[in-house]
Amino acid sequence: MAVPILKQGPVLIASIQTALTDTDVLQLREDVMGQVTRHRSRGIIVDVTALDVMDSFVSRSLRGIAHMTRLRGAETVIVGIQPEVAFAMVQLGMQFEDVQTALDLEEGLALLRTQLKEPLDGGG
Amino acid sequence: MEAESRIAIESDADVVTARQRARELAAELDLSSTDQTLLATAISEVARNITTYAKRGEVRLRVVRDGDGRPGIEVVAADHGPGIADVERALQDGYTTGGGLGLGLPGARRLVDEFDIQSAPSAGTTVTLVMWSRTAARGVRA
Repeated sequence: MAVPILKQGPVLIASIQTALTDTDVLQLREDVMGQVTRHRSRGIIVDVTALDVMDSFVSRSLRGIAHMTRLRGAETVIVGIQPEVAFAMVQLGMQFEDVQTALDLEEGLALLRTQLKEPLDGGG
Repeated sequence: MEAESRIAIESDADVVTARQRARELAAELDLSSTDQTLLATAISEVARNITTYAKRGEVRLRVVRDGDGRPGIEVVAADHGPGIADVERALQDGYTTGGGLGLGLPGARRLVDEFDIQSAPSAGTTVTLVMWSRTAARGVRA
């Protein structure tokens, strides 16, 4: 199932709605990279609030998205990692230090606003 | 003897089905939300190993009880794939032959209460996980 990606000014917001298969995750990576290029986006938020499991494959893929978009000059913030999911990721041994995270969408937008030094609501 | 639930693992969608089915069972047994998540994540790792290395296999779920009658969920992930030549090594963080992070087996082992793996080259692999209910254990002590 495809993840909807909304454009808000210089930022893309990918809101994961349901459990993702590995194929869905790879599709998301491709879609985000395509849209960053198309819209010349400066920031990306991936909202994982709906994910009840982030196993090593999903975690690695999200980290991959963050690294790849950074190489394109855009910053990615992963928002909404559930407390139990965070616990499981640590037990699993997932390294996520080099990925920006925020509590929720609002905090993620605030973080990008500071980093991009511009308002995010203009420019359609 | 409680019913066993069997999920054929042939695609990445089956991996999601297996972990969701286990979570439902875990919720029925009143496992904490955290334990449900740990179990579901561990299943995701071992079931993905089936699709990655053996192409197909199955995940079996059943309720088990220890000597005090405390319930738990036993998960058996079995395949008849190529097997693992060096099981000790496969249980070390960072070792992989499949292009992943090498966290699957060692990670899954850290996520559950009990972990067992039986494997031999060309004989397939069987991984058994158990997660015990903690609520009932407290009840027994009280």
